[in-house]
Amino acid sequence: MKYMLIMRATAEAKAAYENVPFQEIIEKMGAYNEALASAGVLLAGEGLADDLTDSFVVDFAGETPAVTDGPYGEIHELFNGFWIIQVSSKEEAAQWASRAPLGAGSKLEVRRVTEMSDFADFADTDAIKNEAVWRAEHGQE
Amino acid sequence: MPDAVRTVDAVWRIESAKIIGTIARMTGDLSLAEDVAQEAVADALTQWPTAGVPTNPGAWLTTVAKRKAIDTWDRRRRLDDRYRSLAHDLDESIAGADEWQPIEDDILRLVFTACHPVLGREAQIALTLRIVGGLSTAEIARMFFVPVATVQQRIVRAKATLGAANVAFEVPEASEWRERIGAVLGVAYLIFTEGYAATTGDQWIRRDLADEGLRLARVLAGLLPREPEAQALVALMEFQASRFGARMTPDGTPILLADQDRGRWDHSQIERGRVALARADAVARGRGRGPYALQAAIAECHATAPRFADTDWDRIVLLYEALASIAPNPIVDLSRAVAVSMATGPANALRIVDRIGTDGALRGSHLLPSIRGELLSKLGRAEEARSELLAAARLATNTRERDVLLAKAAALES
Repeated sequence: MKYMLIMRATAEAKAAYENVPFQEIIEKMGAYNEALASAGVLLAGEGLADDLTDSFVVDFAGETPAVTDGPYGEIHELFNGFWIIQVSSKEEAAQWASRAPLGAGSKLEVRRVTEMSDFADFADTDAIKNEAVWRAEHGQE
Repeated sequence: MPDAVRTVDAVWRIESAKIIGTIARMTGDLSLAEDVAQEAVADALTQWPTAGVPTNPGAWLTTVAKRKAIDTWDRRRRLDDRYRSLAHDLDESIAGADEWQPIEDDILRLVFTACHPVLGREAQIALTLRIVGGLSTAEIARMFFVPVATVQQRIVRAKATLGAANVAFEVPEASEWRERIGAVLGVAYLIFTEGYAATTGDQWIRRDLADEGLRLARVLAGLLPREPEAQALVALMEFQASRFGARMTPDGTPILLADQDRGRWDHSQIERGRVALARADAVARGRGRGPYALQAAIAECHATAPRFADTDWDRIVLLYEALASIAPNPIVDLSRAVAVSMATGPANALRIVDRIGTDGALRGSHLLPSIRGELLSKLGRAEEARSELLAAARLATNTRERDVLLAKAAALES
C-alpha cells in the first residue's frame, strides 16, 4: 500500500520555524528521510518553496481556466511538502507519519494512494485505458 | 483485529531489526535477543490496549526487551558459573547506556546471521522475514501457505542451529564476504521471485511477497552502499515489479510481454529502477557488471521500449552473452536463443537451442522442446515443429501452459 504524507503548515508553524536554526531543520529532515529510506519504505518526497513568487493558481471556475497569482490568503494551512511511502498497513503509515520532525502548527494529512486495483471494475473502460496511456506518456504511475 | 494489536504489529515492523540487533550485539546471543524482543511484544499486547500506546513505542519495546535480557543473564549467572564472567562484562556495558542505541552495523550483522550458511533456505527466509523484515509469524505463514506453527518451528529450529554451530553475531570475514553477500541477496530475490511467479497458491502473482522482497532489497542496498550487486538487485526488482499491473487478465490468465499494455506499466517504478541501476554502475566503477546488474540491464531494455517492436534485441543478446559468460546456466542460454531469434532470425537461435539439447542440461523440461518448436515453426518446418510442441505438452506440468502448447501444435496440422 502506498500513502502520501501531505505536509501542511500554518502561519504559527512558520513563525515557530523562524526561531530554529536552519541547519537544525535540515538535519532533522535529513535524518527522517534517511530513516524512511533505510527501512525501504520511501518512494518519493519533495518540499515546496515557501516563496510564492514562482507559484500561481489555475482557477477553473470560469469558462476558460484563469491563471492568477493567488489568492493564497484564504488557505490557512499551506501545502508545503510531501512524502510517498510504501508500507504494509495503515497503522505502519501512522507510525511513520508520527515520526516526522514537525512542530506545533504543522499537520500531516495522510492519504492512501489509489492503485489500478481500485478501479478493477472499470478496468476495461476506455477512460481507464486512456488514463493509463496518459500516465505512461507523462512518466507517472 | 483490534487497533492496539495492529499498532504493535506496525511498531514491530519498523523496530524489530533495531531492537534485536542492539540486544544481540550487547549479549552476543541472537536467540536470546529474539526471545526477549518477542516477550516485549507480548507485554505490549497486554499493556498498550489499556495503558495506551507509548509516545515512543520503539524505545518502550527496547527498554522492556533490554530489562528482560538482563534478567535472563542474572538468572543464568545464579545457575551457572560459566556465565558469571560474561554477565560481569554485560553489567559493565549496560553502564554505558548509549550502547543500547542501535548502530548501523547491528542490522548488517543481523542480516548476515539470519542468512548464515548453516541454515537451510527455508530457515533463512523465515528468520529474515521475522527479524529483519519485522513480519509476524502469522503473516509469514499466510504468505507461504503453511500453518503458523510451522513458521514458529522453523524459527525456533533456526535459532537452535545457529546456537549449536556457535555462530558469532558478526559480519563475515573479507574472504567470505562475496559468498555471504550472495546468500543475503539470494534470500531477498527468492522472496521476490516467489511473489513474481508464485509456485504455490492459486494466484500467479503474489504482490505481498514481491513487495516484501523489494522492501528487503532496498534495506540491503542501504546497508551495503558500496556493493554494486545490492543496488542492482533493487533495480532488477523495480523493473520486474513495474509490469505487475499488465501481466494478467482480470481472470488471472498470464499476458505475454509482447502483448502487454505498456501503458499499465508503473513508469515511476521503472524510473526508480533506472536510478538504482545507474547507482550500481557508479559503485562498480568499471569493475564490470555482476549477474543482477546484467539481468537488470536486460529488464531495463524491455522496460524502456515504448512498444514491443522497439525492443533493442541486439543489445539484449549482448547482455545475455555477458551473463552466460559469468553465470553459465542453460535457462540463460535459452533466453539468449529467444533474443537471438528476435535479433537475427530463427536459424541462428536454433543452433544455440540444439547445442543446449546436446548438453542434455534441460532434459525433462518442457522449455527446450517448446522453444525449439516455436523456432522450427518460424522456419516453416511444420511437421518437426508439431512433434516438438507435442513433446513439450507431454512434459509441461502447468495445465494452462499445456493447453497453449497443444493448441499451437494443432494449428500446425494441415
